[in-house]
Amino acid sequence: MKTLRFAAKQTVPILFSYVFVGIAFGILMIEEGFSLFSVILSSTFIYAGSMQFVMISFVLSGAPLITVAILTFFINARHIFYGIGMLDRFKGMGIKYPYMVLTVTDETYSVYQSISYPKDLDPQQVDFYIAFLCHMLWIVSCVFGAVAGQIMPWDMTGIEFSATLFFVTVVVNQWIDFKSHIPAIVGFISGIAFYFILGKDNFLLPGLSVSMIVLMLLKDKVTLKLEGKKNV
Amino acid sequence: MFKGQSLPLAMFLVVMLVTWLTRALPFLVFGKKGISPTLRYINIVLPASIMMLLVLYSLRNVEYLSYPYGMPELISVAVTVALQRLKKNTFLSILVGTLCYMILIRTLFLV
Repeated sequence: MKTLRFAAKQTVPILFSYVFVGIAFGILMIEEGFSLFSVILSSTFIYAGSMQFVMISFVLSGAPLITVAILTFFINARHIFYGIGMLDRFKGMGIKYPYMVLTVTDETYSVYQSISYPKDLDPQQVDFYIAFLCHMLWIVSCVFGAVAGQIMPWDMTGIEFSATLFFVTVVVNQWIDFKSHIPAIVGFISGIAFYFILGKDNFLLPGLSVSMIVLMLLKDKVTLKLEGKKNV
Repeated sequence: MFKGQSLPLAMFLVVMLVTWLTRALPFLVFGKKGISPTLRYINIVLPASIMMLLVLYSLRNVEYLSYPYGMPELISVAVTVALQRLKKNTFLSILVGTLCYMILIRTLFLV
């Protein structure tokens, strides 16, 4: 029906990234000697691309559980910030609420930020279909990789870069549509600063935290801009 | 593929539950309470910072200091930005940008 079709259309930008990263995961897991069941379990219940890859190395290296817990937390901690920005979104969805919360990924978060809901559709129904379709797509891709991954006839190297480019289009749209550029600029400056100070693997969480603090400090200035004149 | 080692249950559960925790934490902490004006403001402005940081994050593993100096990525991003500003068509921007990237890493910028 109409809602499903609209939701499906919103997920197209992340389609190739999910499919090919999922396939890569499925292939890797089988190569490292795990069972198809493990692939299904991981993609269904963890459903976090980078985390699933890291988990493979945890198992193979026999990492102690406390290390696994701490590293998992920091690898996924950016999800906390996604949630902070979406607190109202899933209210009233009843039994679907936990599912919506637990299926937020980098890509689904970006999709949520990019949607303009048509007036005749229920936003929460759209969101649910998006969450569900992306989740199923991920599971199917991982399984497909596990089962048939070796038979890719074409060299698809680089196609997962489409996810990065999707994020870029969302940033561009936000830049055009949002009345204040301060949040984007704050994010950029703190990201670059911490990238140089802490290195590529440690800059995200400080960047997110400091951005949030700076935005709170600049609340009056930003609010003024948001309520002020129309964007030229 | 139906045989093969299974995931150690304890490790799987730890990864799963901690991942769930990071997703659920804000909703657990703030969900029931009403949203204060400050939080409402954060809800509106934070996503733009997050998305910018997400772009930087997804470009973090590129080697900018040695050939090809991140040129395939930066050129493709520039193409995508330009196209998105011009046409505001997400599919088109991603399609052209991705093709650009895949072609660049196979031709001008062989690593």
